[in-house]
Amino acid sequence: MRSFAAAAVFAASLLAVLPARADDAGTLLDKGWGLFDAGKLLATGGVSNVEGAGGGGLSTWALITGYGTRDGVGLDAHYTYVGLSDYNLQSVGVAVGIMDRVELSYAWQAFDTQSTGAALGLGKGFTFHQNIVGLKVKLWGDAVYDQDAWWPQLAAGLQYKSNDRGAVIAFVGGKSSDGVDFYLSGTKLFLAQSLLVNATVRATRANQFGILGFGGDRNDGYTAQFEGSAAYLFSRKFALGAEYRTKPDNLSIAKEENAFDVFAAYFFTKNVSATLAYVNLGNIVLHDNQQGVYLSLQAGL
Amino acid sequence: MKRFWIHALRALSLASAVAVLAALIGPALADGDPLYRDLGEKDGIATIAKYTTANFLADPRIKATFDNTNMERFEKLLADQFCVVAGGPCEYKGRSMKDAHKALGLDNADFNAVVEDLQDALDKAGVPFATQNRFLARLAPMQHDVVTK
Repeated sequence: MRSFAAAAVFAASLLAVLPARADDAGTLLDKGWGLFDAGKLLATGGVSNVEGAGGGGLSTWALITGYGTRDGVGLDAHYTYVGLSDYNLQSVGVAVGIMDRVELSYAWQAFDTQSTGAALGLGKGFTFHQNIVGLKVKLWGDAVYDQDAWWPQLAAGLQYKSNDRGAVIAFVGGKSSDGVDFYLSGTKLFLAQSLLVNATVRATRANQFGILGFGGDRNDGYTAQFEGSAAYLFSRKFALGAEYRTKPDNLSIAKEENAFDVFAAYFFTKNVSATLAYVNLGNIVLHDNQQGVYLSLQAGL
Repeated sequence: MKRFWIHALRALSLASAVAVLAALIGPALADGDPLYRDLGEKDGIATIAKYTTANFLADPRIKATFDNTNMERFEKLLADQFCVVAGGPCEYKGRSMKDAHKALGLDNADFNAVVEDLQDALDKAGVPFATQNRFLARLAPMQHDVVTK
């Protein structure tokens, strides 16, 4: 509950820094369907990451999701399947980008323990579910237009995560079944090099993205974690890249490790994109080297 | 961990060796701005300007902007400007981007429509994607002067 209050305060202060475009806000509603202007350049909205925010696969980027410009709105939905050696994760969600400034996202995750659930005495196919509500606000710069400047596009955000398996989380040493991540993200397109680079610092208590709850017997406080990614653009539609994400190690029952992926993203149109990746999440309770395929489909307006 | 640093050092020394080599050889090979050459010099850029102008006039999103424009003159000015931006031996005698666009009330969607039309023109002219991006990187900051809405 305390984390929820902290999230609300942070969200309010983020929204307070929004520059007033009050003159436009009135006319914005008159646009009707024209609000979905699909005015951004292909791929510059990124894709939906595993937590539902605009980004890559594992990492969150400073780009605002969708194709709405600062005079419009973009809306998208995603489905993601991550098939690991001993587990699988599915995520569905929706996100809206408002005036290329504010991003609101929602994702629902299901983490299936498959036969490991039986080994842990939880039952075969025991599944953790998690709701994630995200808010991101662009603070500064433009990743695409500011080619004459050194600075990246900067955004700050939060993700409120709530897990439905409180009893199991407590049993493995987790301290809470809900928590809030706070992050600051910088994204820059080095256009002359056809290279998109992102770095994110995240303050989090989440164990395995929150699947195993928040805080633990080993460490209950926030730690700063890092997400980095780079993607090379081969065409307007196709990018290849890699991502690295560090994670806390709060629980004594298992050693949580860092995650990485190598991905290919294909943008069929501004309405449909697909991401295919090799992903490695390291050890997840009982099983080392959890690696596999990451497939994500996104559709939007 | 120690092994990581050895690898990192090796990678770094290799990268700096390549950079030094490129710095030594690069200027000797380049005759003027390599982008100007890679866009096909004067003829290539004239073709790109021609295709781009045609795309603008065929694009329902922005074609009305050119209702009162002398397109023959526009195409010539566009070619001159592209040439200057690419580092070629040309002179652009048109108005500044700020002056030329201040009365038009263009928004980001309009600007991006222009970018897409230019990308299509570069595709049609056979300019490789990586070269297109080197060119677009020099044009992108014009957004600050072109978009007034």
